[in-house]
Amino acid sequence: MNCEECHEREASLHFTKIINGEKTEFHICEHCAKEKGEFLPGSNSFSIHQLLSGLLHGDGHVPNTPSSNFIPPSLSCEKCGMSYYQFAKIGRFGCDNCYKAFDSKLNPIFKRVHGGNTLHAGKIPLRAGSSIQEKKQLQQLKQAMQQYILNEEFEKAAETRDVIREIEHRLQQGRDT
Amino acid sequence: MSLERFISDAISPWMKREGPESDIVLSSRVRLARNIQQYVFPIAADKESAHEVIASISSCMNEEKDAAESEKLEMLMMEELKPVQKRVLVEKHLISPNLAEQAKYGAVLMNADESVSIMLNEEDHIRIQCLAPGLQLEEVLGKANEMDDLIEKNVDYAFDEKRGYLTSCPTNVGTGLRASIMMHLPALVLTKKISRIIPAINQLGLAVRGIYGEGTEAQGNIFQISNQMTLGKSEEDIMEDLAGVVMQVIQQERSARKQLQDGLKLQLEDKLFRSLGTLENCRIIQSKEAAKCLSDVRLGIDLEILPGISKTILNELMILTQPGFLQQYAGEVLTPEERDIRRATLIRERIKLENR
Ligand SMILES: [Zn+2]
Ligand SMILES: [Zn+2]
Repeated sequence: MNCEECHEREASLHFTKIINGEKTEFHICEHCAKEKGEFLPGSNSFSIHQLLSGLLHGDGHVPNTPSSNFIPPSLSCEKCGMSYYQFAKIGRFGCDNCYKAFDSKLNPIFKRVHGGNTLHAGKIPLRAGSSIQEKKQLQQLKQAMQQYILNEEFEKAAETRDVIREIEHRLQQGRDT
Repeated sequence: MSLERFISDAISPWMKREGPESDIVLSSRVRLARNIQQYVFPIAADKESAHEVIASISSCMNEEKDAAESEKLEMLMMEELKPVQKRVLVEKHLISPNLAEQAKYGAVLMNADESVSIMLNEEDHIRIQCLAPGLQLEEVLGKANEMDDLIEKNVDYAFDEKRGYLTSCPTNVGTGLRASIMMHLPALVLTKKISRIIPAINQLGLAVRGIYGEGTEAQGNIFQISNQMTLGKSEEDIMEDLAGVVMQVIQQERSARKQLQDGLKLQLEDKLFRSLGTLENCRIIQSKEAAKCLSDVRLGIDLEILPGISKTILNELMILTQPGFLQQYAGEVLTPEERDIRRATLIRERIKLENR
């Protein structure tokens, strides 16, 4: 299908707009979509499935580097077995690990869907939250310990090592319960 | 079953309360999408892991909920419900059409006043939904967070530092939060201002839909405004942005109502009284016409043109005159023609209950 704006390029974005109960469909290319801010996802009802297939069978206007545009057929998730092609076709992840498996492809998708955003800025679950903070603390302590060793402050290094062990022990327990 | 009894069973208790800005805002809703880390998402799950999801959530909710009786959650398994029962739950907005029709091992947990419903094995393992009358976004988010924290005490959520709460659909990732406000906007439709307002709202990253969700007409001038983005903004910011837009739409609707009353009082009265007449006298009525007349009557109540009719009549009858409820009331499966007759009878009888 050709783009309804320029009638040149292949339409890769498909929107449904509902105004006062009246449904209108738009089929446009990435290039024209960028020029017409009105069509930008996040500002319209549109089908995630169509968006994904648009990105997958991109017409060269996909805002990616060419190399990341190439999708190896083997790209798939180990945990649930879903391939990237399946994901793009149905528009749904099969499990939490899909996010890791397809990570290199996700930023452009999230940017389109979430108004340019790719990073979470909201609530953190209490349990995961405390372990995330402890992991950060652990990293800092390990760096500090290295510094003490370099400075030959071995007593301080030993103290720090004990604190690190304690936190590591706690994190391990948290995982077991 | 008497009509009064049927209505009191059919209308969720939370709907009978009146909320802030209730002349325009019918209800506020929040839903949080969550998944359990150890299981694959419902789309890829087998029967066993789906049942484990249900078992783990129902056991943890029962443990936590030895508190107040009113807060106890009742569980319904989709496979044990008749199609008409599921349809009624959908028409009450307690479960999604997707859970009723598609989900293989779906279940729902509900509290007594039906303001909290937790869907299991829908698109995500867990979908927490909280409802309240009128504009009460903070309250519904607070309640949803409470349920969220409760569940999180017992399960490990699929969560990633970078992407937030991981959901099956990329449109829900991050906060997993969808907040929606149901609004009655008859004056903006009558004055045709709505056609300029909806694109403006879209520009701000919010979605506007008719009452029955995406792709359908706005029956009864009821519109649902909700956030589209779930990633990159905090829950509070999402709610604030939505509330800001909703307040503006409320102002616009109020000024359009005033404009109609000032400039076209007689024409407006004529229209609203005719619609009341239709509802009082109809013998056969299709859902579209019923919705239009109910919208007019509700506007008449809010503008005090039609006194002596209770405000909840629009909410009530919009729900009661849907196919599932009509068939439940009739106690049998009805053809569309039979439904139109039943609908007319039900509306006439309901209006007779008003002390006028
Ligand atoms: Zn074009
Ligand atoms: Zn996966």
